[in-house]
Amino acid sequence: MSWLDTVRSGLEAIASHRLRSSLTVLGILIGIAAVILTVGLGEGATASVNSAISALGTNLLIVQPGSSSTGLVRGGFGSLSSLTYQDAQALANKVDCPDIAAVAPQVSTVGTLVAGNQNWTTSVYGSTPSWLSVRGRSVQVGTFFTQADLAHDANVVVLGQTTAQELGLFSPIGQTVDIGNIPFSVIGVLSSAGSSSSTNEDDMAVVPITTAQDELLGSSSVNTIYLEAASRSTMGAAYEEATDELLALHGITNPVDADFNITTQSSLLQTATSVDHTLTVLLAGIAAISLLVGGIGVMNIMLVSVTERVREIGLRKALGATPRVIRRQFLVEASALGLAGGLAGAALGIAGTFVLPHFISNHISLSGSATAGAVVVAVAIGVVFGVYPASRAARLAPIEALRSE
Amino acid sequence: MTGPATRPVLGAQLPLVQLVDVWKTYTAGEVPVHALRGVSVSIFPGEYISIVGPSGSGKSTFMHILGCLDVPTSGRYYLGGTDVSHLDEDRLAEIRNHRIGFVFQQFHLLPRLNAWRNVELPLIYAAVDRRARRARALAALEEVGLANRANHFPNQLSGGQQQRVAVARALVTEPDLLLADEPTGNLDSRSSADVLAMLAELHRSGRTIVLITHENDVAAAAERTMRFRDGRFVGDQESAA
Ligand SMILES: Nc1ncnc2c1ncn2[C@@H]1O[C@H](COP(=O)(O)OP(=O)(O)OP(=O)(O)O)[C@@H](O)[C@H]1O
Ligand SMILES: [Mg+2]
Repeated sequence: MSWLDTVRSGLEAIASHRLRSSLTVLGILIGIAAVILTVGLGEGATASVNSAISALGTNLLIVQPGSSSTGLVRGGFGSLSSLTYQDAQALANKVDCPDIAAVAPQVSTVGTLVAGNQNWTTSVYGSTPSWLSVRGRSVQVGTFFTQADLAHDANVVVLGQTTAQELGLFSPIGQTVDIGNIPFSVIGVLSSAGSSSSTNEDDMAVVPITTAQDELLGSSSVNTIYLEAASRSTMGAAYEEATDELLALHGITNPVDADFNITTQSSLLQTATSVDHTLTVLLAGIAAISLLVGGIGVMNIMLVSVTERVREIGLRKALGATPRVIRRQFLVEASALGLAGGLAGAALGIAGTFVLPHFISNHISLSGSATAGAVVVAVAIGVVFGVYPASRAARLAPIEALRSE
Repeated sequence: MTGPATRPVLGAQLPLVQLVDVWKTYTAGEVPVHALRGVSVSIFPGEYISIVGPSGSGKSTFMHILGCLDVPTSGRYYLGGTDVSHLDEDRLAEIRNHRIGFVFQQFHLLPRLNAWRNVELPLIYAAVDRRARRARALAALEEVGLANRANHFPNQLSGGQQQRVAVARALVTEPDLLLADEPTGNLDSRSSADVLAMLAELHRSGRTIVLITHENDVAAAAERTMRFRDGRFVGDQESAA
């Protein structure tokens, strides 16, 4: 029997059992689409968390004061006021700390801003000009404050977009905003950071750190020092240099007694990535199970299909079909069904990755390897579950097959 | 008349079929069933033989062995001089395809194929190309008087017509041996007469036919009748015809 005839009779058999064929295809289709979408969801989550983290500044080291202890009661990180502006200036020293590219000390408070008859309470940060690059921000209109503004304790402020809006400032540059009854002149508005995190990065006011310390806080301590390493690969070196420098400055010999704490974005990134990896594995597991369930459905349909056609197999054998020819015919049938289900499922899954994000907030990535793998698995399911019962039937003596009901 | 079932005269012609002490034992149940207990028989080209006997006497078993649908438990089966009793599956399939035409009591047509597509089936397995298959299938349908029903599906045909399609399918490969197991068992008397007339016609044109039946008038249509009892061949008689 020629391959052309084999393929033709396989396809005819599919066409003549329309309901059964479409159920088989449907079973495979759903499994495949589920695989593509769940794997896509997992990878999408990973990608969006990663981009959210790198938006914070990927090469960032964050120095915070250590914990205070009064007797047995230990405060959390940041409860000591051990960091100073001088610490930040020392860390910016290129000789001692060659791997630290930029330093931005930051103080923070909450203040009520008043512009005309509008008022708005928000976070007020005091920092240096390098805050902009270290935090990965930019100015949309106007300018950021300069080293000169720091030197003069200038009363200038840069607003986040939301803050400017809430204060009713539609052309804010040059306007006056009172912070804690002290007038500040607005010199710039930040570009939107995008709401990648839950805290609104667009609702804040930034002033020179010297002004903040002298006029708003009345304290010389610093809440946080942001350090930017020259590159991701030098983060380890930057970490070492910062630790040594601060230990020396604070006169601490045993690193265990350090009154500060340095965390990195990359450790955050690692944690997030491993969480996402777990999520992907979980979703892939669910997908694999749905594929398995689909496969068992296909197996049932194929078994029924072969069983109800045992007499046909017997007749074909009586007319001269060899077991090999019978197996081939079912191989063609099963793989055509598997392929149809696989391709339709891939199409549905791919369509889903584009359509679904319009209805749910999650981003779904399209994974080429998952798609290809799913189609291969679909064909394999069709072949294994279809050909196994068929090859058993093909081995039956023709007369027994003919006699079966 | 009893005795060995070898036809004594017919010139120097070699037998088409020769069975030597063929046994068939089924061991499916607790007790083995001896469906055939030492059958020896010769059939010569051009003969028209009917087989009669009580139910369960082994007629169908005998015919399945003749048709290579089953193999003997012991004994020898020579078809056209070749021992076919111990061939492998593929060789048996080839023999069924090229040398045997089978007509079943239950027709066994594939319901989703029309008449000529049913008839062409054996030719597919003989690797005949599509165009030639169609031509030969239509010619076989013509031979059984159903040329005008070539595109009808089995459920659009009467029982007699379905059986004639089955005969056309058995003929289409021009087999050496045409086997029919109670071909009229499911037919009314008119359709039976049609089918029998057709077999007689095929016999006249030189074909070798073996026919199982329960009905005496059907048996009488053949030129020789073989009797079975308890898995044994118990004698044959030449009909008057
Ligand atoms: N597959 C089988 N397994 C076990 N026993 C079988 C099998 N096929 C036939 N037999 C037994 O072999 C014996 C002969 O059966 P066979 O079908 O040849 O009889 P038959 O002469 O054709 O009968 P009928 O006229 O009813 O068709 C019976 O006793 C039957 O029960
Ligand atoms: Mg019988």
